[in-house]
Amino acid sequence: MSIESKIRAYIGENFLFGDAAQIGVDDSFLDKGIIDSTGILEIVMFLEEQFGIKVADSEMLPENLDSIGNISRFIEKKGASK
Amino acid sequence: MGAARGENATKVAVIVEGKPYTYGELLEQALRLSAALRARGVARGDRVAIYMDNTWPCIVSLYGTLLAGGVFVIVNPQTKSDKVEFILNDSGARLLLTDGHLSKEFLPALPRVRQPLGVIASGKVPAMERGKLPAMESGKSPAMDEAASPAGARIEAFDEVVRGTPPGRPTTEIIPNDLAALIYTSGSTGNPKGVMQTHGSMVFAAGSLIEYLRLGSEDRILCVLPLAFDYGLYQLLMTIQLGATLVLERSFTYPAQIFARMREHSVTVFPGVPTIYAMLISAHGREPLSFPSVTRVTNTAAALPDDFVTKLHEIFPNALIYKMYGLTECKRVCYLEPELADAKPGSVGRAIPGTEIYLLSPDGQPVPAGENGILYVRGPHVMVGYWNRPDLSDHMLKPGKLPGERVLCTQDFFRMDADGFLYFVGRSDDIIKTRGEKVSPAEVENALHGIPGVREAAIIGIPDPLLGEAIRAYVVVEPDSGLNDKQLRVACAAKLENFMVPKEFVFIAEMPKTATGKVSKKLLREQKTT
Repeated sequence: MSIESKIRAYIGENFLFGDAAQIGVDDSFLDKGIIDSTGILEIVMFLEEQFGIKVADSEMLPENLDSIGNISRFIEKKGASK
Repeated sequence: MGAARGENATKVAVIVEGKPYTYGELLEQALRLSAALRARGVARGDRVAIYMDNTWPCIVSLYGTLLAGGVFVIVNPQTKSDKVEFILNDSGARLLLTDGHLSKEFLPALPRVRQPLGVIASGKVPAMERGKLPAMESGKSPAMDEAASPAGARIEAFDEVVRGTPPGRPTTEIIPNDLAALIYTSGSTGNPKGVMQTHGSMVFAAGSLIEYLRLGSEDRILCVLPLAFDYGLYQLLMTIQLGATLVLERSFTYPAQIFARMREHSVTVFPGVPTIYAMLISAHGREPLSFPSVTRVTNTAAALPDDFVTKLHEIFPNALIYKMYGLTECKRVCYLEPELADAKPGSVGRAIPGTEIYLLSPDGQPVPAGENGILYVRGPHVMVGYWNRPDLSDHMLKPGKLPGERVLCTQDFFRMDADGFLYFVGRSDDIIKTRGEKVSPAEVENALHGIPGVREAAIIGIPDPLLGEAIRAYVVVEPDSGLNDKQLRVACAAKLENFMVPKEFVFIAEMPKTATGKVSKKLLREQKTT
């Protein structure tokens, strides 16, 4: 499974009642109202576990985390710099 | 309200996610929108629903509505379709000002609105699959797809409406006794009710807050709370009334972004709630934080745990820390002067300037110092009542000292010490107060009952150090439903604002009932604790 589809599956299962199809790759989580500050911490925990990365507080920014696409690029970048 | 600050035209009024807007721009845009609202039939006292995120169009909408003589009905952007529909119908709004990205919720509500309703949306509205209307005549915004409400009304583009209307003159027919806002809050029957506040009450309340927080026009006030939450709304109202600057963010979801913004703009006032302070303190534990520019930190919604205060002094080394308590029906009740924090631990302080508070027993008798009583609030900040709900208004507003006067009965139990300082004891009804927002158990129970596979559900509030109260749901599910707590949480989130979604789900085989067949919340509570 690609990084993007793993993230999509997780978001779908945990935030969209299993219906991952309703969110586009570049849809903002904030705009869609599907996460809040607790949700973002859950996503970070999932990413750290699933991809073996460490997300610093200073990286918790919309450009890294606010859409499926942003997260995929962030994970790829983190993977590449390891 | 004091939006018209011509003398300050070049000063920055708000910085919205990093982008500054001056008082001159605010006045100009608000006057354009007010003229556009007037042209669309908004007259003195008409309701205009504002269902928007913390954005620049939201601010323009608030002041544009007031300058047109209208009454703004501010709706939390987390509100879901059914409730949006209820509020539009209940308030009788003539116009809906909203954000395109909220179309998933507001479009389904439109066909069920009983009165003619105009819709103006900022940003992009996804085109409807059917009922698309021909292109707009002129000034078509490329950012906005054509969209039509299923009822056939055209959705106009916010930017285009504002740009395309010359600034009007502010209305002169409004007096301080006129309504300025309906702020919807949860009601015990499950439907929310609109708290009516006048221009006079809101200007008074903002002035009282400004006085005790010792704010001035040089302050830069951070707002990460929704403008639809009165605590957030008043950060804006105080800023504009003062001629200060508001640093507005959409939420506290991405703390690193907020921290950068606070440093960049040397924020001086940090209003928060315990959940935000918990995140701040946890981040501080991983990597020390310091915001020396902040001189005032305020807390409401739930009591600030004592160990938080020590940490907050590390994070905000130059700040006074205010503990406060209030309810939408009078904006705010009391505050504890920061200098008295050590002398009066656990207290939420005394009445805000210009107001009075006292305790009465359930049968209306004065209560001696140190004993529990129901809190009453007297002053110009008390609401006029609930919109179209005289029955509920009579429950909360009682005859005061003077003929015809009404005072607010908060339905909250407090005790007061000999110096007049208040200590919260508990609530007298089953409304849950979580994150500073009132939640009606019936509203959450209705949402749970609507989930296929849920047979019965009941909600109680349990004490929580961060939330004040947390929501616990007891559910009886159909044997073959296979529902788990995660699925219930997501299903609730599709219908309820986030703060109403239960934090805990307890699955039980059978709901304990009273002799008359009603769910016994008392037995539920005992069941969990034993």
